[in-house]
Amino acid sequence: MIDFNTKTLKELQEGLASGEFTSLELTKHYLKEGKKGNGEINAFLEIFDNATEQAVKADKKIKKGEKGDLLGIPIAIKDNMLMEGKKATAGSKILENYVASYDSFVVKKLKNAGAVIIGRTNLDEFAMGSSTENSAFGVVKNPHDKKRVAGGSSGGSAAVIAMNGSPISLGSDTGGSIREPAAFCGCVGLKPTYGTVSRSGLIALGSSLDQIGPFGKTVSDVETVFNVIKEHDPKDSTSIRNPKFYKGEKKKLTIGVPRDFLTEGVSSDVLERFEAALAELKKAGHVIKDVKLPYIKYSLPVYYIIMPAEASTNLSRFDGMRYGLHVEGEELLEDYNKSRGVGFGKEARRRIILGTYVLSSGYYDAYYGKATVVRQMIREDFDKAFKGCDAIATPTAPGPAFKIGEKEDPVSMYLADIFTVPANIAGIPGISIPMGTVSRHDIELPVGFQLMAPHLHEETLFTLGKEIEKYTN
Amino acid sequence: MERMIKVEEIEKLAELSRIEVPEEEKKTLASDIEAILEYISQIQEVASVEPESVAGEQRNVMREDGTPHKSGLHTENLLNAAPKREKNYFRVKKILSQD
Repeated sequence: MIDFNTKTLKELQEGLASGEFTSLELTKHYLKEGKKGNGEINAFLEIFDNATEQAVKADKKIKKGEKGDLLGIPIAIKDNMLMEGKKATAGSKILENYVASYDSFVVKKLKNAGAVIIGRTNLDEFAMGSSTENSAFGVVKNPHDKKRVAGGSSGGSAAVIAMNGSPISLGSDTGGSIREPAAFCGCVGLKPTYGTVSRSGLIALGSSLDQIGPFGKTVSDVETVFNVIKEHDPKDSTSIRNPKFYKGEKKKLTIGVPRDFLTEGVSSDVLERFEAALAELKKAGHVIKDVKLPYIKYSLPVYYIIMPAEASTNLSRFDGMRYGLHVEGEELLEDYNKSRGVGFGKEARRRIILGTYVLSSGYYDAYYGKATVVRQMIREDFDKAFKGCDAIATPTAPGPAFKIGEKEDPVSMYLADIFTVPANIAGIPGISIPMGTVSRHDIELPVGFQLMAPHLHEETLFTLGKEIEKYTN
Repeated sequence: MERMIKVEEIEKLAELSRIEVPEEEKKTLASDIEAILEYISQIQEVASVEPESVAGEQRNVMREDGTPHKSGLHTENLLNAAPKREKNYFRVKKILSQD
C-alpha cells in the first residue's frame, strides 16, 4: 500500500511518471479520504465522483508519454471559481443552485495542465470572513482540533490539505483568506502579486484586492501550482502583461521585521515561534533587521473601507433576474429587495450596507476618498522599506485557530487579519509557512510564519520559505 | 468623530442597497455598523499629505473593435441560468409604473 499522504507534489509526479501508481489510484484514494474526512470537517461542498474519468484520461496521456505540469494530479478548488457545468455557490444561498456557464481562467489552466479537479471547497459567503463561520453551508472544522475554526475565507481549501482530502488546492485571498487558513491548518499558502493570476471567472469580492493562489503541503508544491496558473489574461484588465519576475539571483537575503507593529494582541507563544524561525534564518546566513512601516497600522481600517465599498458594488449584480435565487414580490423593486434580503447572509448584508455608507455622498470623501490616499501611503511605506530589505516577516495571524463561535463581534473577527491585510493593500505577494505549533488546552495547534516581498518577487518567498521548512521539518 | 447610527439610517442604507432587512436585525446591524465605523475612523488621524500618485495603476486595456465570438454562441448557456425567461429574453416585472 502506497502512503500517498506523506508524498510531496513532486514525489506524486515522479510516481505517476515512473508508473509506480496511476492517476486513477491516486484520485480514488483522495476521493475516499475526502469523503471520510468530510463528514466531520465539512471542507468540501461537493466531491466530484466523476473525477475518475479525468484520471483515466490522464493515465492514457501518461502512457503515451505526454507531458503536463499537473498531469494526473488531484486538486480541489474554492467554490468561488467557476467550472463549466458544475455548481458555484460562493458559500451563499443566493447561488445555491447556480451552475457555472463557463470555466474560470484558473480552471482552464488546471485542465490544460492535466490536473484532476476533485471537488469544490467550502468558504465564507462571498469570501467574507476569517473563519468560514459565514458559509451558508456550515462551518469548516479545523482538522487539528474540531472545536476550532479552519480559518477563512478559504477554510475548506486549507482543511482539505490538512485532512489529506487533496494534495493541493486553490483559494483566493482578499485580506488574508489564503494565508490565515493555511496558518491555522498547518499548510503552505501563497497569495501571489496582484495581477499575476487572472481573476476572470472568480466571483468578485474586492476587485482591487482579490488574488487567487495555491495551498500545498510544501513550499515547492505551491510554487509548482503558481507556475501553472500565472499567465496574462486579456479578460482581466488588471492582469499584468509580460510580468518580469525576479529570478532570485541573491543568495544572502535581508529580512525586515516591523517590530513596532507586532506589539498588540499577539500571543506570546506565537511570538516565540516567530523569533525562533527568524533565528534559524539568521543561522542560515541571512540578515535580520528592524524596519519601520509608519502607516501599516492603518491597513486594517483602510481595508474595511475599500473592501466593503468594492463588495457592495460587485454584489449589486445579484438581483434575482439573470441568475441565482429569485424571490417573488409584488413589484420589481420588491423582487430585488426580497431576493437579496433572503439570498445574502448576515455578514454579506453587513458589508453591503457598510459599503453603501462609505460610498454615499457626504461620507465619500471622509471614508473612501481618504482610504485610497492612505492606501497609497502604505504602498509607499513598503516601497521605502524594500529599499533596505528583500522580504518582510511577521506571524501570519496573532494567534492559533480560535474556537468556533468565539469571535462574535465583527471587529474582533476582523483583527484576525491584521498581519495579512497589508499585502493586499499594497498588492505585494505573501506566503504563510508552518512554523511549529503552540499548545491550547493540551492540543498542539499550528501557527504560520508570513513573508512578504516586493511585487513579482515570489522567488524570494520560495527561497526563504524552503529554509523555514527545513527547520520545522 | 461622534456619530450615532440610528435604525432609520440602516433602513435608508438598506433601501439604497436593495436589501430587505428583517425588523429584529436592524438594531444589531446599527450597533455593528457603528462599532465598525468607530474602528475605521482611525484613518481620519492621518495627516492628509497628498501622495505622489493615487493607489492603483491606471491603464487602458483595449481589444480589436470586432466581434469577439459568433453571435448567439453563449445565449442558450446564459439564459439557462435565468430564474425566468421568455424566448431569448430574461423575464422581469414591468419597470415603469402607471402613475
